[in-house]
Amino acid sequence: MTISTNLVYFIALPLFSSGLLLLLGRKADKWGHIFATLVSASVFIIGVIEFFAMQSREGEARAATQKLFEWISVGSFQVDAGLLLDQLSICFVLLISGVGTLIHIYSIAYMSHDRDRRRFFAYLNLFIAAMLLLVLGDSYLNLYVGWEGVGLASYLLIGFWNEKPAYAAAAKKAFVANRVGDVGLSLAIMIAFTQFGTVTFAGVKEGASGASAGALTAIGAMLLLAAAGKSAQFPLQSWLGDAMAGPTPVSALIHAATMVTAGVYLITRSNFIFDASPTAQLMVVIVGAITLLFGALIGTAKDDIKKALAASTMSQIGYMILATGLGPIGYAFAIMHLITHGFFKAGLFLGAGSVMHGMNDEVNMRRYGALRKVMPITAATFGLGYLAILGVPPFAGFYSKDKIIETAFDSGGIQGILLGIITLLGAGITAFYMTRVMVLTFTGTKRWDEKARPHESPFLMWAPMAALAVGSVASGFLLNSGSALVNWLQPVVNENQEYHSEHLLPPIVVSIMALTVVAIGVAIAVIKYRTVPVVAPENVLGITKAARKDLYQDSFNEAIFMRPGQKLTAGLVNTDYKVVDGLVRLVGWVVQISASNLRNIQNGYVRSYALIMVLGVIALIAAVWMVTL
Amino acid sequence: MSILTSLLLLPLFGALVVGFLPASNAKLVKQVALAFSLLVALVSIVMALSFDRNNSAMQFTEVRTWISAFNINYAVGIDGMALVLILMTTILVPVVFLAGWNESENGRWNVKVFYILLLILETMMIGVFSATDVFLFYVIFEAMLLPVYFLIGGYGSGERAAAAMKFLLYSLFGGLLMLAAVIGLYIISVNQGGATFDIARLSQLSIDSTTQNWLFLGFFIAFAIKAPLWPFHTWLPTAATSATAGTSTLLLGVLDKVGTYGMIRFCMSFFPDATKTFTPAIITLAVISILYGAFLAIGQKDINSLIAFTSISHFGFITLGIFALTSQSLTGAIFYMVNHGFGTAALFLTAGWMIKRRGSSQIADFGGLQRVAPVLAWSFFIAGLSALALPGLSSFVSEFLVLLGAFAKYPVAAILGTLGIILAALYVLLAVQRAIHGETPASSAGISDLNLREKIAIAPVIAILVLLGFYPKPALEVINPTTQTIMTNAGVSDPAAKVVK
Repeated sequence: MTISTNLVYFIALPLFSSGLLLLLGRKADKWGHIFATLVSASVFIIGVIEFFAMQSREGEARAATQKLFEWISVGSFQVDAGLLLDQLSICFVLLISGVGTLIHIYSIAYMSHDRDRRRFFAYLNLFIAAMLLLVLGDSYLNLYVGWEGVGLASYLLIGFWNEKPAYAAAAKKAFVANRVGDVGLSLAIMIAFTQFGTVTFAGVKEGASGASAGALTAIGAMLLLAAAGKSAQFPLQSWLGDAMAGPTPVSALIHAATMVTAGVYLITRSNFIFDASPTAQLMVVIVGAITLLFGALIGTAKDDIKKALAASTMSQIGYMILATGLGPIGYAFAIMHLITHGFFKAGLFLGAGSVMHGMNDEVNMRRYGALRKVMPITAATFGLGYLAILGVPPFAGFYSKDKIIETAFDSGGIQGILLGIITLLGAGITAFYMTRVMVLTFTGTKRWDEKARPHESPFLMWAPMAALAVGSVASGFLLNSGSALVNWLQPVVNENQEYHSEHLLPPIVVSIMALTVVAIGVAIAVIKYRTVPVVAPENVLGITKAARKDLYQDSFNEAIFMRPGQKLTAGLVNTDYKVVDGLVRLVGWVVQISASNLRNIQNGYVRSYALIMVLGVIALIAAVWMVTL
Repeated sequence: MSILTSLLLLPLFGALVVGFLPASNAKLVKQVALAFSLLVALVSIVMALSFDRNNSAMQFTEVRTWISAFNINYAVGIDGMALVLILMTTILVPVVFLAGWNESENGRWNVKVFYILLLILETMMIGVFSATDVFLFYVIFEAMLLPVYFLIGGYGSGERAAAAMKFLLYSLFGGLLMLAAVIGLYIISVNQGGATFDIARLSQLSIDSTTQNWLFLGFFIAFAIKAPLWPFHTWLPTAATSATAGTSTLLLGVLDKVGTYGMIRFCMSFFPDATKTFTPAIITLAVISILYGAFLAIGQKDINSLIAFTSISHFGFITLGIFALTSQSLTGAIFYMVNHGFGTAALFLTAGWMIKRRGSSQIADFGGLQRVAPVLAWSFFIAGLSALALPGLSSFVSEFLVLLGAFAKYPVAAILGTLGIILAALYVLLAVQRAIHGETPASSAGISDLNLREKIAIAPVIAILVLLGFYPKPALEVINPTTQTIMTNAGVSDPAAKVVK
């Protein structure tokens, strides 16, 4: 890897723009959104240029690096601010800046009535800068800066309307849950440094083959914890639903297409750790499998369109995480699903935003219905995203999700069959809840609020939706044709291994099975939601009740962590005053009593202190005198 | 006269000049004091620029006989650690002057006395980091309690007299222990043939382990109270809630650093064996401080005591870094002292402005501050992000170095310390949520945003936090040689990487 190019613009441009808009304040209100959008677009263009430049090079030479400056240098701990653009990071660069630019454009219209639109765009650019640093950093520590940077941007954007206390709380919840994951990333870096003496990806990769199984498993487990925090995976998933407090374009960009997939990036980037530790891989698979079902189940019961989509995101990332635990071929399929998901889920969220825009910010799908007549473009683009997430051929999800199901079956033994069934089951549930969203929103009867006057969204909003719909249709086919993405990523995720292992089931059989469960899921939803009560019925199955309450994730966290933590804090505050400080006050009281017996009543404390000091110095001199004699 | 001595005398001279000004002209007093503090900052920067980064010995040294009978000298000199702490001090003093332009007007005494006390304190703060004679250090260490005592007791708020007394009694107790240890050290030097208070020569003494243990404790307890480390911390929240924002800044940002500075300069270099003996216990106390301070911070209702408890947690990190004694942890700890100085300044000063405007220091009395005073709200938020060590700010570099270095030798302590970053997110963001977010209650609607003077005061602090976060090299480069010297003296080297390439 000898190529060195100028990569700093990727981060410097959006960072500068963000800082400028924040510092100028109201002075930039008129043009801030245009400026930020142009910056985002120019980053995308640079990305495209770099992408073509990479294609003109071959194999290892495709990767390019840039050392910016020496960041931290203490003893043997040497970390440069260095960037690495390789086959894996370019995928993310294009996704982040491409989808990011579309969402900038959409937000110009979506946020046009908000008094703080400029600040919103400043945060969006801050996010772009941090996310690009996350995927371009050449070491775990550089990644960490981006990692927490996107956490900050996410915090600011979830809490963008933090005048509402619930939204402010949601922002804090997201940051704290992410910090739990960050403990994992910190510890992974520390273990890596004690093991390998370096924290660069290249250095750790080089050393990984010589490390003990225990060390590799520990690093893998900690990286998984980090991934779970950022990607809302079990058991750190609870923040994502609340994060929907952010404006909908944010939900589309950060909490669907890009930031929440950073965990998948982290594991894929660390493939040399996971490939060398079957135990860590197993943990990854388990977390992915649990989350994909967990999210899907929650998705079946949510009436809030954004929360239904958020649950779906959690579930779909579960698929990706699961895939990353399945060895070299899994990484490529995880990234493929990540990209196709980036298109269709961003499209779905923008569609939801468009519906909300036309419905006075109503999010309850029970108050929607029959919107396809008044919002035909939104219905069409949303519908294409819907077909993509279902995995109907030839839409994007068909290629990426079926590959994961196949790979799950192929992973061997009982585990393979179990994972295959789980991923199939997930596909069926996905079909059910997405059909439910579709039916409740766009078909059936009007259940609108009296004041609702739904209308199609303006061009600036539907154009990005249309662009993403094109991606939802075509991206899977393009990435899969001639194994384009698999071959492209091969130098990063796997150097020598053979991809095309024996299949447990022929791909066509897997596809037929998947389509069958999807058809069943669709059919159940269509039949079940022929009529939709405006108020959610109470006499439902226990599982529905549980899913409505997010499978009790918050109750669990509150019972296990929050309330004991509050009790501990209250107890410590009390103890600190009564016991620790109490002892001190007791000593002080004793001193005061005895001192007042010894000295004149007029003596101030200061005077007696000065006296003691003088006595002290005299004592010192006396002692010294005696000794020297 | 070395530049260091000039630097030491300049604030004192400033105090003298202020003393001759008419007390009735408060504005002139403030302007002259500010001018002197800026001049001191300038001289310190000139000194820093001529500091030889590659030389690990004491620089700008000067020795003059003070009390010849006991070989007590005015002996000063600085290494990298002392340099960064002095720079932090000289930059913070004008910031504090500017930030609290009017806070001296409600005191027991007049404005003049306030600035005389602060300028005298500045000389002492520079002196305490420059002294290379233990006796000189001890005298300054004790004497600097007095200006602080008067600053809290005379210009603070609430229970200021009681808080000042508590501060004094605690410090007095620590000081007496240290005095005994200083005498002990001197006696040993006499017995070994050369009466001296010189730090370098005292480091060469051979002291049996039992004596080392006692003397070590004498110094350490004094420093642990100063720092403060759990369970010697209870004076700090009381002092911080009563002192003016500027005094709190100097107290926690600079004076408390004398504690952690002393642990490195004296405990480690005089008593290497005792250091080894007590390290496990001290690391335990450090970890307790990290977590205890953080939990207590979460539970605070008063902004100032919240900040005080975050500091207790942060001093836990510093102490952990010092006694873990690896290149990364020690350099991280020294750098942490600097970052904590600026970070705490940002917190106390912004909190001070909030409290002054609202007339209450209860977090619950605020809310929705960002709508009415966005610059103030953002400054407080950034200060908070520094306290939770967000990457991109300097505190991240130091905190991560401490944990990384400590992990190599004390993994359990480092893991527990790392859990502190979750608690830090909680204590900062809870306060931000309550004070800055939410709807603006009518009672806060009249809060004005920062004026130009206040913006000028806070801007350099935030700029330093950001610049050293992205480019810490200028600081690390100066600190690294000190770290190497200390490690060499202690006969310690870094654990090697397990996998050899």
